[in-house]
Amino acid sequence: MNDPVDVLIIGAGASGAAVAWSLAETKMHILCLDQGGWMKPSEYPSTGRDWEAKFYGEWSTSPNIRGRPEDYPINDDNSPIKVVNFNGVGGSTVMYTAHWPRLHPSDFKVKTLDGVADDWPIDYDALTPFFEENDRIMGVSGLSGDPLSPLTHPPMPPQPLGLSGPLIGKAMNKLGWHWWPSDTTVATMDYEGRARCINLGHCTPACAQGAKASTDITYWPQAIRAGVELKTHCRVREILTNEHGMASGVVYYDKDGVEQFQPAEVVIIACNGVGTPRLLLNSVSGRFPNGLANSSGLIGKNLMFHPYAQIYGFVKEPTDSNRAPPTCLWSKEFYDTDLSRGFVRGYGIQFGRGAGPVFEAVASEQKGILPWGADHHRVFRRLNGHRLAVSAICEDLPEEHNRVTLDPVLKDSHGIPAPKVDYTISENSRKMMEHGLARGREILETAGATDICINNPIPWGGWHLLGTARMGTDPARSVVNEWGRSHDVKNLFIVDGSVFVTSGGVNPTSTIQAIALYVADQIKQRLANLFD
Amino acid sequence: MSAANELTSAQRDDLRIVAAMIIPASDEYKVPGADDPAIQADMLATLGRDAALVAQALDHLARLAGKPLAELDAAKRDAIAKKFRATGGVAAATLVRVVLQCYYRDDRVLRSLGLELRAPFPKGYALEQGDWSLLDPVKARPAKLRRAP
Repeated sequence: MNDPVDVLIIGAGASGAAVAWSLAETKMHILCLDQGGWMKPSEYPSTGRDWEAKFYGEWSTSPNIRGRPEDYPINDDNSPIKVVNFNGVGGSTVMYTAHWPRLHPSDFKVKTLDGVADDWPIDYDALTPFFEENDRIMGVSGLSGDPLSPLTHPPMPPQPLGLSGPLIGKAMNKLGWHWWPSDTTVATMDYEGRARCINLGHCTPACAQGAKASTDITYWPQAIRAGVELKTHCRVREILTNEHGMASGVVYYDKDGVEQFQPAEVVIIACNGVGTPRLLLNSVSGRFPNGLANSSGLIGKNLMFHPYAQIYGFVKEPTDSNRAPPTCLWSKEFYDTDLSRGFVRGYGIQFGRGAGPVFEAVASEQKGILPWGADHHRVFRRLNGHRLAVSAICEDLPEEHNRVTLDPVLKDSHGIPAPKVDYTISENSRKMMEHGLARGREILETAGATDICINNPIPWGGWHLLGTARMGTDPARSVVNEWGRSHDVKNLFIVDGSVFVTSGGVNPTSTIQAIALYVADQIKQRLANLFD
Repeated sequence: MSAANELTSAQRDDLRIVAAMIIPASDEYKVPGADDPAIQADMLATLGRDAALVAQALDHLARLAGKPLAELDAAKRDAIAKKFRATGGVAAATLVRVVLQCYYRDDRVLRSLGLELRAPFPKGYALEQGDWSLLDPVKARPAKLRRAP
């Protein structure tokens, strides 16, 4: 048996890294286990001539396609939106667009404001210092003063507008609609040991330059220097409990596949909105026959993606193509509830600068706008390097039938039952998506775009895995309390996107990490009576 | 490529024919077709995890054609190709993607498109700042953030 640790963190991604870094100052013995390993930037796609082809295989955003040893399969056949993630030190911050909005203050009070779903037990103000701290550590670029977004103070200037930004900006100005340079975790200047962005292309499949923040190069080096221990290639199978109903530690498979038990005084789960319910549902015992911390029956329920309604087209002017970070602008014009639109809540807009030649050829052929035969060359030259995209990132409201369960058959490489996702897009979200597409079409047509195509939803767009172990004050209606502790198991905490009560209409990583820092702060403040 | 992933000679012939149907050579743009030997060799050498689906697609194509594609006249071939793309599902999409991803990394093709023959890293690309004055009307808007109670 391994020596006991004070704090065991499961998962070294966005939230696990943040909570580890924050708790390090306590000088407790902190251990993090991650099923993946350290990344090697020299092997990232943009270092090779076949960089685009890798998106379709070993660097796919889908774990089911990627199939790396550290990935676990996910049965998402019964969902129009497929789960995408990354497993390894840094988690999905290794493979994300680096778009960095925060939830708005109003997102925490949707029941009060709009009469739907539930209010969060915490508010934006409680997270404000942690948003700021997180922005400093992750290294955010952007422009303060957005009139329709929460006030932020990015330590670096925004990304250049490039060729695509002005085309979008002009169209939005003609329409009289809000737009603003996005906050992103792309370093626009040398920052804390990270080199500035040199526009390698699409940021999503990892940044060889290290300009895009991922927690393997931001939080983890600092946490490890402060004494946190990180063991890689260790896949946790289940959390065990003792006779007092407290978590006693975890069973995991080490890098050699040997089963190990790691005792711990405190267990913190940071495995994302699919991995966390999977782990809890796999942690059954006589005391917890329906899964650990599941007296509410809500583990795995209320799964929220952000359904992405994407529309794109092709302008006469050259766009940035693959020679810039993919996202540089957002709009909050349609973020807040306006019932005259036929739905409640709203969506953010994320603009896309373009695509590389292989992606353009493959996507356009599939959409039927790039023909086979003699005309292929002429049409390709009109499309390639001329794409502009508009994506409505729609707020998904919690519904219990959208859920993560355990697949009765599918297992990972260690024989651990895999997650199964059952999900449908709600009528409210459908209406929101249609609205987003209609507005997107107006934007594109105002910009002079033709050959307009849609992805509704983006099928491999399940980046944001939220709500499956929700936060609340009522143990019958939530899994963790207002500071992230399980209602049922007093030394068990959850810090990832599972705890979201509602989803907002923006990319959630900034908020996920702010919550992780907030929970860590709560733990530090309550150390003397943490288990009361 | 492992022996298990190798395509049969007939499958390679059909792959070459269908690749040329997708992207024929062009004198106007001074580019080879996707049936070019170097591009074909790239496809075969890098099939990897796509091999099974590509083989499946070529089997489907062979069933539709009933004979090697090379033995069909152009009109019949086009009709078979349309049916193949419409009914071939993921396998057909994979075959087409393999053709496109190998074609659009060929030096001659990239040169014709005016693209540099290199990986993005480490040189990267220059990105112009753009006209920031476009943001002035937005800056002039009153701040309007929905307040939470």
